[in-house]
Amino acid sequence: MASRTDVLVVGGGSTGTGIARDLAMRGVDVTLVERGTLTSGTTGRMHGLLHSGARYAVSDGKSASECIAENRILREIASHCVEMTGGLFVKRPSDSETYFERKLRRCRECGIPAEPLSGAEARRMEPYLAADVDRAIRVPDGAVDPFRLCVANAADARERGARIVTHAEVVDLTVDGGDVVGATVRHRGGPGASRAAGTTEEIHAEHVVNATGAWAGQLGEMAGVDVAVRPSKGVMTIMNVRQVDTVINWCRPKGDADIVVPHETTAILGTTDEEVSDPDDYPEAQREVDLLIDELSKLLPILAEARTIRSFWGVRPLYEPPSVGSEDPTDITRDFSLLDHAERDGVTGLTTIVGGKLTTYRLMAEHLADHVCDQLGVRSRCRTDEVPLPGSEDDAVLDEYMAEFGLRSPVARRSAQRLGSRTSDVLGTDEPNPVVCECEAVTRAELRDAIDEVGADLNAVRIRTRASMGNCQGGLCCHRMANELHPASDDATVRGALSELYEERWKGQRHALWGEHLSQAMLNHLLHATTMNRDHDPVPDSRDGRTDSAAVAWSAFDGGTDGD
Amino acid sequence: MAIEDDVLVVGGGLAGATAALAAARTGVRVRLVSYKKSTLRQASGLVDVLGYAPDGTGPLVDPFEAIDALPSTHPYRLAGTDALGRGLALFDEVAGDAYRGDHTDANALVPTTGGAVKPTARYPATVEPGLASDDRDALLVGFDGTTDFDAPLAAAHLGRAGVPFDVRGATVTFPGVAAADATATRFAQVLDADEGGARAVLADRVRTHLDGERRVGLPAVLGETDPEGVRGALEEALGVAVFEIPTGPPSVPGVRLEALFSAALSAAGVRVETGNPVVDFEGAGDRIDRAFVDRSGSAVPYRADQYVLATGGLVGGGIDSDREGVVEPVFDCHVPHPTDRYDWFEDDAFGDHAFARFGVVVDETMRPLDRRGHPEWANLRAAGAVVGGADAAAEKSASGISLATGYRAGRLAASGVGAGELTRTECGHTR
Repeated sequence: MASRTDVLVVGGGSTGTGIARDLAMRGVDVTLVERGTLTSGTTGRMHGLLHSGARYAVSDGKSASECIAENRILREIASHCVEMTGGLFVKRPSDSETYFERKLRRCRECGIPAEPLSGAEARRMEPYLAADVDRAIRVPDGAVDPFRLCVANAADARERGARIVTHAEVVDLTVDGGDVVGATVRHRGGPGASRAAGTTEEIHAEHVVNATGAWAGQLGEMAGVDVAVRPSKGVMTIMNVRQVDTVINWCRPKGDADIVVPHETTAILGTTDEEVSDPDDYPEAQREVDLLIDELSKLLPILAEARTIRSFWGVRPLYEPPSVGSEDPTDITRDFSLLDHAERDGVTGLTTIVGGKLTTYRLMAEHLADHVCDQLGVRSRCRTDEVPLPGSEDDAVLDEYMAEFGLRSPVARRSAQRLGSRTSDVLGTDEPNPVVCECEAVTRAELRDAIDEVGADLNAVRIRTRASMGNCQGGLCCHRMANELHPASDDATVRGALSELYEERWKGQRHALWGEHLSQAMLNHLLHATTMNRDHDPVPDSRDGRTDSAAVAWSAFDGGTDGD
Repeated sequence: MAIEDDVLVVGGGLAGATAALAAARTGVRVRLVSYKKSTLRQASGLVDVLGYAPDGTGPLVDPFEAIDALPSTHPYRLAGTDALGRGLALFDEVAGDAYRGDHTDANALVPTTGGAVKPTARYPATVEPGLASDDRDALLVGFDGTTDFDAPLAAAHLGRAGVPFDVRGATVTFPGVAAADATATRFAQVLDADEGGARAVLADRVRTHLDGERRVGLPAVLGETDPEGVRGALEEALGVAVFEIPTGPPSVPGVRLEALFSAALSAAGVRVETGNPVVDFEGAGDRIDRAFVDRSGSAVPYRADQYVLATGGLVGGGIDSDREGVVEPVFDCHVPHPTDRYDWFEDDAFGDHAFARFGVVVDETMRPLDRRGHPEWANLRAAGAVVGGADAAAEKSASGISLATGYRAGRLAASGVGAGELTRTECGHTR
């Protein structure tokens, strides 16, 4: 099997999907390949902070200025993915006064609105702040949903003619006399995949873009170029309720465990910064979770006793030219780098983009698309800073949708937030529309809309709808979500998709298994094992190696007293 | 006047109720205090004894045969098969005609909402015509406004499991309930009261899908108070057998079972108090002297000669944990657990989790033991999920463990009344 495209983008994170959209808007034929689901690398594993730039104002003015500019653009083009919570940089008596003053001054020099507050003023905004917080700076930080953002970019790219292929891994780059001319892709199958597992495809391309982030070194090797990406892991812990409505940053030079980001109904604690050798295989340690809670409890004492629902790790794609040689990963720049391998290594047809942050994904895509269009001789202008992403155009009329559909307000409001301008299409149904995921208030209509889009991949459905991402972590709704796949998918497919989702939900909870969440995990175990007997289902799961149903000696069991 | 009883049972689930009944029937004065509504309301209403051996062998045809092969630390081995038999007999008496399964030692296989089957020793009479070993063809019927049961999907799954009958599924609209998110309890109330002739309308809607099947399965919503009346009306209208498929929470059969036990406790003269937690206790020597119950902020002393701890496991609140460790919060009994929190679980969702076994360790007289293996208190016994040592979810043994340990703890508590230190001579039991 072979196919042809102008530009092959490798990587389905925010950068890759942003590039695909940008190029597609410029009329370039694009194919994007991603080895997992969209966002399954670093994009889906971050704390969801929309930077104001204040975080970098002292250490890295260029990044800070880029952040505030992109922050303003994303509020316009992706309003349905962004919640402008505002942010606070808070200081305790033991933190440096000099650093606080410098942060305030540098924010203003970078064009970031920054307003100093007293401790009492900050506590009026966020009552759970510790009593000893004595000063704060208010900045325009926000929360961004990386899943919706990435999906909106990919959906728009596809609307404009791009081909988006998930569950497809590049196993080799095709190099012809020092020129990269395409790649060999192996389709990995799995629920929702576009081609059968195990099939390979040759994709010929005029230009290949390496947007694989922390994995950029591995792809570079396939073309014989050295990309010294320095993957750095960070842990994040999700709390069961939203203890703060404002992003809380610790105002100190640098350090682990210094941020809390409110996100939908939860709050996410972050993070750490530790270099790892392999972005696919690194230790996830209990002490990292403990560190987050112990440190951040100093800013928000309520966190010490609060319930966590899961923890997860992400790997930053940090990059610096090897000549810099930073020892500590926290010293590595958060700016991005575009590596022109023709100029740098004498290998044409390949460009790598590494570093950067979710907040600046659009700017990174713009730089990369400018470069590739230059290579291909395409003359066009970037318009991603002015054309809204699908779903965001009608933000102002969400209230009307609520009234129009007469749904209970919290459900309708949250559905409308997730669906943006598509609310009317999706919720305008005469069929019964029960809530399937009660924690996140996701209705049947929304799930079926997502299933229409991605097929029988419940993890992809989860990412689009947030179903199974609340307090119960899917214990009460995984099987209900699976039911919605039928009859479009058969029983075997439904069973496989359910197992994948349940296992995925379990993996993140393992780092939060104490207190109320351990009780929740036991309740989930009882429901799925005791009540539903899913751990001893006589029908095999496609993943457990069995193909035949377990032989049950039906007649040996009690058949009741009233049968015949 | 101080509150004073012979036996104080802390916890009102299946184990606590069984212990209270077993004690009260010997003639002693029993009080039961329960903080929350019974967890019976969340359970399916099936009463399992043992469906799978700890190594996963099963489904087991005869659960009683397999008990001797369980590890010696298993609650069944400690309570003894005699206690299990007597606990089940007590259950059968309480449940009366509402339950079946006591005619045989063999497990029954009950279809689940997902189309698997679950081995169980006792089941509601409303479930009986649905057993998977009955070879009559079946039609499963679900409701379009509910999300946890898709009848055509469950039927397809049962078919793949190789059940000895043909099975199809159909979906109908439940009559007279407009809300999109009606609960099982709401459906049950409509059928109990036959609101708007709901029973006849439902039968009409089901009939259009019948194609020669001799039994029809519906999710377990056939009335909270009059399930046999509802089922009888549907059977008469349809001319075929009608059965229920147990669901997850909220569970109508669970609510019915709670009502049966509540009536039995009342008839046995047990004083039941719900809504207030036991928050503290005082010991004297090797005995618990009194427990304190929080009533609107005041700690009120409850004194008894004997105490039974039946507060449930991790779900019921009888076992609690924080990042540092695992505790039994009422009497602070020892709960063994790995020191590293990351050893509390396995990486597979259905792995052999240590947390599923968390609970107090008891001796053969159901007394919780301290870390050196000595009884924590001479007059304290434990029963039900607060007792550790078994992954009851994987084994399908939760109800049987509650009945066996509840019966034994209740009986020993009653016989210990007034005997003081002599309780230690009561240790022997038959296996």
